[in-house]
Amino acid sequence: MKVNKLYLSLFGLSLVAPLVLYPVFLMKVLCFALFACAFNLLLGFVGLLSFGHAIFLGTGGYITGSLMLNTGITPELGILAGTLAAGLLGAVYGKLAVKREGIYFAMVTLALAQLAFFFYLQAPFTGGEDGLQGVPRGMLFGLIDLSDNMVMYYFVLAIFLFGFWLIHRTIHSPFGQILKAIRENEPRAVSLGYNVNDYKWVAFIISSALAGLAGSTKTLVFQLASLTDVHWHMSGEVVLMTLLGGMGTIFGPVVGAGVVVTIQNYLSGGELGNYISIIMGAIFIVCVLAFRSGIVGEFQKMVKKNF
Amino acid sequence: MATLFGINLFALSGQLLVGLINGSFYALLSLGLAIIFGLLKIINFAQGAMYMLGAFLAWMALQYFGINYWVALVLVPLAVGGFAILIERFLVRPIAKEDHLYSLLLTFGLALILQGLFTQLYGSSGLGYQIPAELKGGTKLPFMYLPNYRAWIIIASLVVCATTWWVIEKTKLGAYLRAGTENPQLMQGFGINVPLITTLTFGFGVALAGFAGVLAAPVYSVSPEMGSNILIVVFAIVVIGGMGSIGGAILTGLMMGIVEGLTKFFYPEASSTVIFLVMVIVLLLKPAGLFGKEA
Repeated sequence: MKVNKLYLSLFGLSLVAPLVLYPVFLMKVLCFALFACAFNLLLGFVGLLSFGHAIFLGTGGYITGSLMLNTGITPELGILAGTLAAGLLGAVYGKLAVKREGIYFAMVTLALAQLAFFFYLQAPFTGGEDGLQGVPRGMLFGLIDLSDNMVMYYFVLAIFLFGFWLIHRTIHSPFGQILKAIRENEPRAVSLGYNVNDYKWVAFIISSALAGLAGSTKTLVFQLASLTDVHWHMSGEVVLMTLLGGMGTIFGPVVGAGVVVTIQNYLSGGELGNYISIIMGAIFIVCVLAFRSGIVGEFQKMVKKNF
Repeated sequence: MATLFGINLFALSGQLLVGLINGSFYALLSLGLAIIFGLLKIINFAQGAMYMLGAFLAWMALQYFGINYWVALVLVPLAVGGFAILIERFLVRPIAKEDHLYSLLLTFGLALILQGLFTQLYGSSGLGYQIPAELKGGTKLPFMYLPNYRAWIIIASLVVCATTWWVIEKTKLGAYLRAGTENPQLMQGFGINVPLITTLTFGFGVALAGFAGVLAAPVYSVSPEMGSNILIVVFAIVVIGGMGSIGGAILTGLMMGIVEGLTKFFYPEASSTVIFLVMVIVLLLKPAGLFGKEA
């Protein structure tokens, strides 16, 4: 019951948030929060560190962006197409990546992402260095105009809640329990007769499709799809968000995304903009050395100890 | 112009040379990664940043202290290796018992800091470094023109790689290293200072990247991004070769450089992706890598 109250009050807060805070900022946080949650499904619940997850974010963005620009498609179909494309790429890349484990898995996903990066750099439909600009937000279901930021916010919130619910549902399903068993003791899961690689593969597809959903939504919010979203830097950022917020926790990636986006927004305006990369690197080192459970993880530990 | 079966031999050997030079750098970097992985079981994500650091230190040494190329070629790897020893001792060792993914993230953070720092100090456009006077000019071969400095890169990298291979495979010191890879506890039981060997190994593996950086300074422009671009390719090479063998790491590095050079000649559009495609094929056919042992 306590947990339900927490969920309800957070939901209430997210409904009134745009009255207090700038809606575009909130939408950015929600998109990255969904991206980080999708990533956390792999890292936190299966123990797989994908170092190329930006490619799924960017794929969703490019597909949605180019469809919205070139066809008269409605935004919900554009987002659906972007999500499916990212999931499809995830199915191919996941099949390859689950052949290796641990550190090799990280290197394989990074290299595969770089392969797609060069493809997007050269492919004509992505606009190369310029990216896709002026992507229209369109009319939701052909009825609701999304160009108003407040309307768009509630649409993004609905998408985020759907993604968040799906991840929550996955983790707490029997399927999710097997994923956790693989994380804790893979040889044991194999000896119990589970085809471990297939479970990892399905988790990879879900994760990449949801990352694509986040990217498609982000493209509609900013009306832009660019190489930034497929660069390895972005893959590093989502790792940072998850690590900082607390990997393997439900809310960790959301908190981490909020903190990282806030830092970036704050710094990019001022003269400290050039220091973002240095600060991100420093946060990485501090987290790894002294703060491995992340903000939410440490908070949970504290609550357990004191109450 | 020399042609064979309608192929322009002059251009082909030119691309092969470029490939061999890239391969020399791949070999040095993946050798460093393999040595570190052998003993510490971690991947140093900052290997590319250390290569960049090596190039920048060589440039700074010349610019601010008038230290010439040849002295830098000795001093810079020592400095980079010394820096790496501090990193191992104070950052990597405290988390040695944790999941190795944490050390990957730690070194990634380090790479971000180094890259950010040099972007802040020197901008991202890149600096030039003169080829040393002794190696200016070139040799005219029957089918191509061979610039002396490029020949030097290949020779220097081959000599360093071969020496490293010989030390690890054929000497007593190398035997310690290999034993430490197999069973560090047992070796410690024989009274050998494993933590010291581990620290020195990390230092040496990273120093190789610093050495590669100095070699690269006169041919590539010295820029903060030079490390991250090459590192991702080297990761693919490490997956292709598998990190089981030292010789395998060197060979795969050189081979992939040549494959890249050939692709530049026959189908230039794919030259930036061909190594990743080779990785995909290897993952499909022999997931453990060409020289890998496990599974």
